[in-house]
Amino acid sequence: MIVSFIHRAIMQGIPLLFGATGEIVTEKSGNLNLGIPGVMYVGGISGVIGAFMYENSLPDKSMANPFLAIMIPLLCSLLGSLIMGLIYSFLTTTLRANQNVTGLAITTFGVGLGNFFGGSLIKIVGADVPSITLSTTSKFFSAHLPFADNMGWFGEIFLSYGFLAYLAVIIAIVTSLFLKKTRTGLNLRAVGENPATADAAGVNVSRYKYMSTCVGSMIAGLGGLYYVMDYVSGVWSNDGFGDRGWLAIALVIFTVWKPNFAIIGSILFGGLYIIHNYLNQFFPFIPVDMSTQELIKMAPYLVTVLVLIVNSMRNKRENQPPEALGLSYFREDR
Amino acid sequence: MTTTKAVTKEASSREKPFHIVKRTDMPKWKSWLIRILSVLASLIVCAIIIVAVTGDNPFAVYGTMVKGAVGSARRVWVLLQEVAMLLCVSLAVTPAFKMRFWNIGAEGQVLMGGLGATAVMLLLGHKLPAPVVLVLVIVVSIICGAVWGVIPAVFKAFWNTNETLFTLMMNYIAIQIVSYFTYVWSSNKGNNVINTINTDNHAGWLNLPQSVDQYGYLLNIIIVAVLTVLMYFYLNRSKQGYEIAVVGESINTARYAGINVKKVIIRTMLISGALCGVAGMLLVSGTDHTITPNTAAGRGFTAIMVSWLAKFNPLFMVLTSLLLVFMERGAIEISTVFGLNTSFSEIIAGIIIFFIIGSEFFINYSIKRTHAKEVESK
Amino acid sequence: MENKAAVSFRHITKAFGSKVVANKDVSMDIMSGEILALLGENGSGKTTLMNMLSGIYHQDSGEIFVNGEEAYINSPKDAYALGIGMIHQHFKLVDVFTATENVALGMDKKTTGGAKEIAKAITEICDRYGFDVDPKKKVYNMTVSQKQTLEIVKALYRGANILILDEPTAVLTPQETDKLFAVLRNMKADGKSIIIITHKLNEVLAISDRVAILRKGEYIDSVITSEATVQSLTDMMVGQKVELDIERPEVEDKQLRLTIDHLTCLDKYGVTALDDVSLEAYGGEILGIAGISGSGQKQLLEAVAGLQEAQDGASITYIDPESGAKEELIGKSVTEIKKRGIALSFVPEDRLGMGLVGAMGMSDNMMLRSYEKGHSPFTDRKTPRDLANRVKDELEVVTPGISTPVRKLSGGNVQKVLVGREIASNPTVLMAAYAVRGLDINTSYTIYRLLNEQKKKGVAVIYVGEDLDVLLALCDRIAVLCGGKLNGIVDGRTATKEEVGLMMTNLNTEEKEGE
Repeated sequence: MIVSFIHRAIMQGIPLLFGATGEIVTEKSGNLNLGIPGVMYVGGISGVIGAFMYENSLPDKSMANPFLAIMIPLLCSLLGSLIMGLIYSFLTTTLRANQNVTGLAITTFGVGLGNFFGGSLIKIVGADVPSITLSTTSKFFSAHLPFADNMGWFGEIFLSYGFLAYLAVIIAIVTSLFLKKTRTGLNLRAVGENPATADAAGVNVSRYKYMSTCVGSMIAGLGGLYYVMDYVSGVWSNDGFGDRGWLAIALVIFTVWKPNFAIIGSILFGGLYIIHNYLNQFFPFIPVDMSTQELIKMAPYLVTVLVLIVNSMRNKRENQPPEALGLSYFREDR
Repeated sequence: MTTTKAVTKEASSREKPFHIVKRTDMPKWKSWLIRILSVLASLIVCAIIIVAVTGDNPFAVYGTMVKGAVGSARRVWVLLQEVAMLLCVSLAVTPAFKMRFWNIGAEGQVLMGGLGATAVMLLLGHKLPAPVVLVLVIVVSIICGAVWGVIPAVFKAFWNTNETLFTLMMNYIAIQIVSYFTYVWSSNKGNNVINTINTDNHAGWLNLPQSVDQYGYLLNIIIVAVLTVLMYFYLNRSKQGYEIAVVGESINTARYAGINVKKVIIRTMLISGALCGVAGMLLVSGTDHTITPNTAAGRGFTAIMVSWLAKFNPLFMVLTSLLLVFMERGAIEISTVFGLNTSFSEIIAGIIIFFIIGSEFFINYSIKRTHAKEVESK
Repeated sequence: MENKAAVSFRHITKAFGSKVVANKDVSMDIMSGEILALLGENGSGKTTLMNMLSGIYHQDSGEIFVNGEEAYINSPKDAYALGIGMIHQHFKLVDVFTATENVALGMDKKTTGGAKEIAKAITEICDRYGFDVDPKKKVYNMTVSQKQTLEIVKALYRGANILILDEPTAVLTPQETDKLFAVLRNMKADGKSIIIITHKLNEVLAISDRVAILRKGEYIDSVITSEATVQSLTDMMVGQKVELDIERPEVEDKQLRLTIDHLTCLDKYGVTALDDVSLEAYGGEILGIAGISGSGQKQLLEAVAGLQEAQDGASITYIDPESGAKEELIGKSVTEIKKRGIALSFVPEDRLGMGLVGAMGMSDNMMLRSYEKGHSPFTDRKTPRDLANRVKDELEVVTPGISTPVRKLSGGNVQKVLVGREIASNPTVLMAAYAVRGLDINTSYTIYRLLNEQKKKGVAVIYVGEDLDVLLALCDRIAVLCGGKLNGIVDGRTATKEEVGLMMTNLNTEEKEGE
């Protein structure tokens, strides 16, 4: 039972991990992209559109090619979130628009886009199906190693996920190393801390902001893709993704802008998201009803607020948000 | 200035063709012209997208939108009500923004205000006389909103805790609290829906008699109209409004002027939260007579854009919120007519906002051609 | 020193907005292997010119040649590629990074190697020129002098052959300055070209080979330092022989208005900025405060104004001119000071960042210090409007209207608005910090006239200045600060410039008898 809890917690945590890693990369450049929830929706729906087109182009579902079934939605998803990242970057970096307003507009736009296509795709394409159910392609996304089932608890906790879950962990680790060890990572952090300094040191601030925001958006978008193609087995439902985008932003604060912490943090948040289902089993003597679960769902946000408060009180320089977070940079500003 | 004939040498190809310069001298009419042009441009882009999606001709589509927004008396009332609610939240966030305090927690503050109203209506609706209930509804919802707003402000004032992230998180805490109570107070055990409260005695309902106000929106609209004027005078004429403006411009200047910055931050967020509480009350006791976690319906976020687009001027906010709500209502109509999803309206709103915030660049900066080398004339 | 030019400017023009021309048709050379002092008053366009060389700004017109070839410097990266490094007044360092990380910033790892190699290279540079930098230290733990050193190391590491230092000594103690100069000489011996931006003549004479003078954005001339004197340089810098014709009216009846006793203040980093200073200010006189910048002037004025906390044991007493009642100012906030009817006016150094609200018009700015008056919750709009119109007429403020944001006015007009407001409140004590910085001669004289008028009315004027000529011509007494300590008070009528200059830089260790 604990095994299945951890398993579900990890499943829940993966979209958050993608979102948080993407947002950390973005925020390290000083861009506070509050559009991440929208970007994740777009990442999800773009993948859905790709998969839907692909499945509808097949005369027979059994003819699906595993490679194409994965690559088409994946590339569509990356492209969709890339476009969102580009819109955000263009507005905030090139046109120096306010980041909060732009981000929230991106979220409105992205969530709208997701729900619109989710609700109207069939109509627009004129397809002859009752609802978007992409079980064929989804099967490839959620396929896990065949021998995992025979390995008991170990298999269930560590080996029983679709490839995107492992990709999330790998991306988080790579991002962490990238930020800590590479020169590009150092430059990126400098852009977020003090763009004027980075500029003076010959770092192309705009290019870094664009790159990190776009790459960050693509990573975050994969969270949406994982959610629809793997977690809910290819069945899109409007607003199904819920507040996971905001939870990902909370996770960024919770992990003090460190992607490797986010791996553990995402599982923790994922666990808190579903623990209400297990409380009755874990503690039969404590009555847990539907109302309590709503209170428990509050926990990730609550601990995030606490982390935010504690860090601001302790005022330790390494645990602060990037210093130029939320500000546009203009070289000739005096 | 006499310029000699400019000749671009090949060598200058390494030079950037243009560079960006901050401008300070754009006349007001010109900046508003740019804003209006950007709205028009956004409408054109929207039209293109609508045509692409529906295949109808753009004028017919806009006709449908107008019809959807103001096509009948009822629709006009709904439009006005929606404008009023959005405007109310926008008014609420504006003092904070003017102070450069990023209160993106209006969604939560509205919900908490609404929850306060719900609590009073539900728990006291049949225990106290209706007028007393109504007074309590108003007081409690204002307090709830204010408390929710002031918490991040206190931490900002004393420990400089990042208010953007803090208020953002407070939204979801509020949503979960409301979800919790929708279970606790659900009308049928476990279906987490609170049915319309006090249908019998209307205790705590903030509406004019139906004979006067057929749709029940009039009082809301009047209240918000009054608040708009009050907020305008508060921000532009009152001493507190002056303090807010100074703190927003420069903390150093505020200190020099003897303004207690901490006090202003806390007081302003009390007001901002309290007004959100009012918005929540208007939604619960003036409109829905119940609460769901979705009662604020994203207005807390849209309000930020409304306020920003209007340059924090309450009177302009009437226009910006009208624009957004009008487009939203129109887009919903298009969706219905063409059997599309109503989220279409959010796409339209997003595009309009992109264009308007993008246009600010052309007001604040100008792009100058890098001067081509001048041939020495002597 | 017959050498080829490392950098040549040709017809450089740069404007900010449509009003401010920072550089106008500047043509000048920097020779290789020399230390060139770029001299000019505040606002003469020195920093702007150098910012174009280092890629921060781009000229509107004109060309820059580096080592004889035309250079297109679009970014600091381009500048580095040409071997140009600039040490800005505000250090361009990332606080949460270590020294090594700051040096590595923006560099290709292939050329630099990893952290170890960089740390080694830092140590090598330090040994070569005589610095001391701990490669592992985080910048936020460094002193100002250490940060500056790191900046220089960073530039050298990038192979800078042309090094620009923007007012490097403004933040240094005299000992640190000496150390810096020694390093600069080492670097010159190593064949580097060094440009030092400054307005301090003694430093120009001490360190440079050649001096180039800018005035109001235009290039005036350059001279070999050994052939220059303070007098000749000043003449070029200011344009004409500085015969300051500032009035110094005599006021007979001088009343004690303010006593400062044992005032010690810390700066924002917790370092003692003002050390046990005792002073008295009298009505009917102008008390000048001299000292190199950052000697505690800011803390002194702000402590009086209620903006700066003082350490225990200090006392600031204000004596009311009407009743003779004494008021302790320490521990009182600005609001309390206002409420107690203490007539204190303060023209701060940072005009738009502190004294005025840039986005507001003259009218709204007039009520900044008095908006609270009266019991109405609404602001009185008529009085400030009338006052704004009066100030505009009397001081000839050039503005499109009293509601035009003051940020859009020129520096001189901004200062007139600020001084006009502070004087209008009928102060007993008037403090002004760098009141004529960046202003043209005419406006400066207007300011001097206004201060003298106040003095004649019996106001105790405290004037913090940087221009010794002005201080000596305007003030009755001059208190000289050195490193946060009061190094003595001289009579403005009898003291010489050399005397004051010496007191600014050399702390008199013998206990001086207070007046």
